[in-house]
Amino acid sequence: MKLSNYKLQITHSVLLAFAFILAALLYQPAFAQGSTPTDDEVNAVAHKLYCPVCESTPLDVCPTDACKDWRELIRTMLADGKSEAEILQHFENQYGARVLAEPPKQGFYWLVYVLPPALILVGAFILFRSMKEWTSKTDATNPIATSSAKDDYVARFEDELKKRK
Amino acid sequence: MFSEFGYGVLTVSFVVAIYSVATAAYGAANKSAALVESARRAMLLMFPLISIAAAALIYLLVNNHYEVAFVYEVTSRSMPTYLKVTAWWGGQAGSLVFWSWLLAAFASAVTIRKWDRDIEFLPWVIVVCSITLVFFLGMVVFYENPFARYWSVAGNIEPHMFAPANATAFTPTDGQGLNPLLRHPGMVIHPPMLYLGFVSFVIPYAFAMAALITGRTDDRWIRLTRRWTLWAWLFLSFGLVLGGRWAYDVLGWGGYWGWDPVEIAAFMPWLTGTAFLHSVMIQEKRGLLKHWNMILVILTYALVIFGTFLTRSGVLSSVHAFANSPIGPLFMGFVSISLVVSIALVIWRWPDLRGETEMKSLLSREALFLLNNLLFMSVLVVCFWGVIFPLISELFTGQKVTVGPPYYERATGPLFATLMFLMGVAPLSAWGHSTIQTLGRAIWKSAIAALVLTAILFATYSKNYIALIGFFLIALVLFVTLQEFWRGARARQRAQNENILVALARLMGRNRRRYGGYIIHISMMLMAIGILGMEVFQVETQGALAQGESLNISGYTVQYRELASWDDKGAGVNYTRAVVDVYENGIYLGQVTPRIDYYFDSQQNMTIPGNRSTLRDDLYVLLVDWQPVSNMGATFKIFVNPLVNWLWIGSLLFLLGVIFAAWPDRDPTEESVRVARQASQTSAAN
Repeated sequence: MKLSNYKLQITHSVLLAFAFILAALLYQPAFAQGSTPTDDEVNAVAHKLYCPVCESTPLDVCPTDACKDWRELIRTMLADGKSEAEILQHFENQYGARVLAEPPKQGFYWLVYVLPPALILVGAFILFRSMKEWTSKTDATNPIATSSAKDDYVARFEDELKKRK
Repeated sequence: MFSEFGYGVLTVSFVVAIYSVATAAYGAANKSAALVESARRAMLLMFPLISIAAAALIYLLVNNHYEVAFVYEVTSRSMPTYLKVTAWWGGQAGSLVFWSWLLAAFASAVTIRKWDRDIEFLPWVIVVCSITLVFFLGMVVFYENPFARYWSVAGNIEPHMFAPANATAFTPTDGQGLNPLLRHPGMVIHPPMLYLGFVSFVIPYAFAMAALITGRTDDRWIRLTRRWTLWAWLFLSFGLVLGGRWAYDVLGWGGYWGWDPVEIAAFMPWLTGTAFLHSVMIQEKRGLLKHWNMILVILTYALVIFGTFLTRSGVLSSVHAFANSPIGPLFMGFVSISLVVSIALVIWRWPDLRGETEMKSLLSREALFLLNNLLFMSVLVVCFWGVIFPLISELFTGQKVTVGPPYYERATGPLFATLMFLMGVAPLSAWGHSTIQTLGRAIWKSAIAALVLTAILFATYSKNYIALIGFFLIALVLFVTLQEFWRGARARQRAQNENILVALARLMGRNRRRYGGYIIHISMMLMAIGILGMEVFQVETQGALAQGESLNISGYTVQYRELASWDDKGAGVNYTRAVVDVYENGIYLGQVTPRIDYYFDSQQNMTIPGNRSTLRDDLYVLLVDWQPVSNMGATFKIFVNPLVNWLWIGSLLFLLGVIFAAWPDRDPTEESVRVARQASQTSAAN
């Protein structure tokens, strides 16, 4: 009898210890998941999205009820461990590319990034070539003005400036 | 009665405008001075006519005539009288009448002067101004009539000018009221300023077309419109700044510029207008860049109409677009035809626009101004493409996209930085010829000073490389500009034996255009300080606070004290106001009171920040309604906006600079008499 009581006590102790360990294990994941994303974290993502209803209004400042729901959805997704890129992709999949703050860098949308610098470079090239042509034409038609006379003129002008200092 | 009368007067104005166009063109073609004079008088008649129509509209607005659809849409009984007057430009139809009234005023001011030397320009200036008036008045008379009244037709309420069959008059008891966002003092003055800028640019364009048509491709048309251009540019610039200030005060996103499509629509003519303002100097001094100047003024006019189109047609809706409207195709048609005709005229006169001299050096002032034109056009390309790309995308892919601030900031940042560098170099380059050596000798002191200042900022303020590049460029421009004042004043002091301050004042007085321009450059750099501070250093935080709790940001602590909410029945507004204490590093600084104003008539909120402003930064506190606001708890969004007030200070200096630059110079004859008298008095005293 004594032996079975002892075994019983040991069994109870083991079971109690096991229960504590189990409780600790179960409690930890809830604690690690728990801290709700802050408004700043939500805004950091929302700032990169635009309201699909009130155009040209970023999601972090839009006052409509729909946008409030969207911001809470962002909060939930952040709490679930989703990254910013995954959240943006989710909204793009649901509502189209127009909800992103800038067009995605793919397909037809590359035009928005490529065309302006291309045009600017072409314009700069044309301008530079034209200016080179004008200035070399001037040098050719006024050879005396090109080298020594030009330098003499500059030197005399600079001497005059120095005298006035 | 007033509405029928006002509509009738507008219709008469429309007919008079058509008469003016036809008579001026026919008179010019047949060299008939009598017909041209008749056209001029018709032009002058339009201003009083449109003024009468405007007065009728204002009467209806102020006296609560809600049977008139426009009055119903933009006013309500709770609005004060001054807001009812300014509601004239608070809606689409009224703002088109306002545009027409301003154009009639400016065209009258131009055509009322004595025309002797430049009489060949007169008929074509009248033609261009009147065609523009025909367009705007036509849209008002046929499409966007502010005098249409409500009728009940088979149970539906519809706006018509004249009673449809079986209709009965309908009069609402109160109006919808002006959008609360438009009830801010900044919004009272922002649209008139912008419209003044837009409309004023029609005048230099009209003279440019007159020059092309008559073959007078010298710089006479530029000299005649120099002050018009400057004032147009001032109004447009100030309109943009006021819009930014308004956005900062009431839109509740802690910024002043959001790269909204309609903001950009007003910015684009400013870009070409600024390039034009600089480029015309080259034509006046050296007879160069004549093609450029024609293209720039044509683009400015087209962008002014395009900008009005973007705002009015609702094709790109934004906080500015009031409603979608059928007038979009009309605007597009008018812009397209104007552009085609203008470019055709330039092509026709292309050989006559050849430069009178030659560009001799890649570093000469005229070459740097040409580079200036390229940079402004580059920013224009970026902006224009960004604004229309959503439409292009919808056309080709069926999907509209958003082109937001990241695109514009990334693309225009380097271009603006290059422009700032040019502002530091171009004043030191010589007309005709400059070399790296001459420029280096002129700039090295300012460059060293700017580098030293940047190094100090690096050690004490920030290591952000974008900010440091920005600060270096700002410092370079400031030092170069101040150096120009110093050198000129010093040279005059030695030559005239004057006190340095007297020498400076007389130097500036004798060349208002140059030194006014330098003041404007300094003001731009002060504004750049504010812009740089906001773009690089702005921080924000948001959080829900119970009473007594606080948020920390950048050394500030903001503690929620209390909340009050009350109705102002007279104004038709519910105010919810929070009181928060502000501390910095534990030291109490004071209180700010952010608010949410809820307007009953339009059922809209306005968020008014509680703002603590210093030269160093703004602490900008918003009460936001992410969660219901109460004494138990409220959500606050707090921004720290470093250096932002330099933007507003710079804009005030800008105003002074333009007024100084545009002030008429003394008559040279009078000046020589004054100098001679002074010299004789001095010798008599000796």
